[in-house]
Amino acid sequence: MDFQYLFELLCGGVVKGSIYALIALGYTMVYGIIQLINFAHGEIYMIGAFVAFIVAGVLTLTGYSGLGILPLAALIAVIYAAAYGYTLEKIAYRPLRNAPRLSPLISAIGASIFLMNYVQLVQTPDFLPFPELVPDFEFLGDLTQFMSSVDVVILAVTTVTMIALTVLIKYTRIGKAMRATQQDMVMARLVGVNVDRVISATFIIGSVLAAIGGVLIASRTGQINSAIGFMAGIKAFTAAVLGGIGNIPGAVLGGLVLGVAETFGAGYISSAYEDVFAFGLLVLILILRPAGLLGKAVKQKV
Amino acid sequence: MSHLKRSLGIGLWFMFLTLPLMVVRVNTVSREVEWRWSNLVWVGICAFAIAWFWQFSIERRAAQRAKVAAEPHPEKDRPSLAQRLADDPVLSRRVLLAAALIALIFPWAVSTTQNFYHVNVMVSALIFVVLGLGLNITVGLAGLLDLGYIAFFAVGAYTYALLAKGFGLGFWMCLPLGGVMGMLFGVVLGFPILRLRGDYLAIVTLGFGSITKIVLENWDTVFGGAAGIAGIPRPDFFGLPLDGREKSIYTYYIVLALVAVTIFVTNRLKNSRVGRAWMALREDEIACVAMGVDMARTKLSAYALGAFWAGLAGVIFAAHNNFINPDSFTFMDSAMVLAMVVLGGMGSILGVIIASLALKLLPEYLRAFAEYRMLVFGAVMVLMMIFRPQGLINNMRRKYEYDTADVESNDGGK
Repeated sequence: MDFQYLFELLCGGVVKGSIYALIALGYTMVYGIIQLINFAHGEIYMIGAFVAFIVAGVLTLTGYSGLGILPLAALIAVIYAAAYGYTLEKIAYRPLRNAPRLSPLISAIGASIFLMNYVQLVQTPDFLPFPELVPDFEFLGDLTQFMSSVDVVILAVTTVTMIALTVLIKYTRIGKAMRATQQDMVMARLVGVNVDRVISATFIIGSVLAAIGGVLIASRTGQINSAIGFMAGIKAFTAAVLGGIGNIPGAVLGGLVLGVAETFGAGYISSAYEDVFAFGLLVLILILRPAGLLGKAVKQKV
Repeated sequence: MSHLKRSLGIGLWFMFLTLPLMVVRVNTVSREVEWRWSNLVWVGICAFAIAWFWQFSIERRAAQRAKVAAEPHPEKDRPSLAQRLADDPVLSRRVLLAAALIALIFPWAVSTTQNFYHVNVMVSALIFVVLGLGLNITVGLAGLLDLGYIAFFAVGAYTYALLAKGFGLGFWMCLPLGGVMGMLFGVVLGFPILRLRGDYLAIVTLGFGSITKIVLENWDTVFGGAAGIAGIPRPDFFGLPLDGREKSIYTYYIVLALVAVTIFVTNRLKNSRVGRAWMALREDEIACVAMGVDMARTKLSAYALGAFWAGLAGVIFAAHNNFINPDSFTFMDSAMVLAMVVLGGMGSILGVIIASLALKLLPEYLRAFAEYRMLVFGAVMVLMMIFRPQGLINNMRRKYEYDTADVESNDGGK
């Protein structure tokens, strides 16, 4: 047993998993509130990465350089992703709030296809090299054989983001309103919660998380493309289901489990079938424990 | 005036929204930044116009609903064109006859010995009609959203390719085998996901579809990998030698016959015992099971039958193209077949046929439009769900109608 290899894979898996977790949170929050798989969530992630790429590209080519680029690019990406998420909800989902369940799902698939092709048409269908924005950290020393400095940034940012999200949901007014809406939309409305605003806020928060994930993973893999959102979206959804959809700690756990399982599968069995492990895990979980790892089985009433 | 203001605001919002993506293009090779400000103007104008129209449509829809709700005894809806056609047996028979005649003459009329492009296009379109009608069983009738439907199409295509190349089996031998293989896959995949509903089902079928494609791409000793399989024989006509045009026309008639059979079978199924069970399952699963419908059998049969048609269509697809590779079986193809069912009107046979032909033929003949095809698909799927969720042609169901006024007055007289 090669422990160094094992540890390398574990680190890679955790880094990958924490990104899945970031995107999965958006799915899970939206699903918890309006029971909709937001298929276009992966596209929001892709748009976030693209905006960051454009901002970083313009800044580097016009002569700016230095540490400020990454935070600035990430900030603008987050703003734009939030705007796209908000608009998406208003156009594609809000008119269908009371429609049969298949309708918003199909609308979501349509929105996803639309956004993917929109970026492909106005930008490019080719892969673009994402600039290296994270400097090499000297203090890592020997640790670099397991983790690059990008990985450290990813872990730090995701941890901070998740703590911030927990605080937001547990202690703020909007967080309270979100939890109330999740439990019972009608009752929440009766006690004076503006449900429409809560739903918009949920989409915005989810999109912000997705954009952060997009920027981080783009700086790790070093390339982006208009189609990256699709796979990432599916994987993140898998992570959300794995942990129990609608359950926020579940999404984080699901993301980590998925990331580690995938990296181990790719590392020990075959890297060509990486995606197959993710889907296989999804199918297995749904068959054995349809409510997910942390989810509670809900009995359906008639 | 408030409309104008709102539309203006929406126009500005979209200009902001599309600012980085539509205006700036960073060329990383030549290290240049391209600014395309003219796009922004267009976005502003279009968003303004669409917002104006959008508000108008939403308002009109609301007014219509209010009107319907306000009337205690709404007048019966004016029957649609399709409804009137179906209600009039003489007329519907004539229309059907005319359509059949046109379909039969079509390949001879539009092709010459050198140029039979139109026939080939039509064959591809008809293959997708079969696919659409097959998915219509699973999604439209039984309400099981399947996002990996194209995988069964792939199973049929690869079955024929492998059997024909490896064992020298003929087309007619493989056609039923492809269908049966598709069906087997449908049952095998259907079993584990019987318990899942709606969204979960969608995502798992999507997963299955993607797994199929990954396996086809990577298992190159059997499936030829990303390069696919070439040199698949075309259907033979009792061993007679056929030239290119005749081969295409022959394939055309085969698909046409398959379309006819599919229409016939789906039509009969719709009003059969199992068809009614599907529709009941679609409307309310729990109530349906409570009424004594065997859920597992009903779901599996819907899955298997949908997959069966995809398998048949796959065999013809492989035979028609002589060449297949995994690129023909992506999620986008699944989404396109789904779009055909949704746009046509879930469960409606005529609607699905029209939508399939339109979605396949329009991009083929409007080349300028082809680039924007998927963009338009996506937008149309969203708009259709908002403004016309029942699709182009409403699915007609047999109903027992009674006059509510009578019932109420009887109750009152008691």
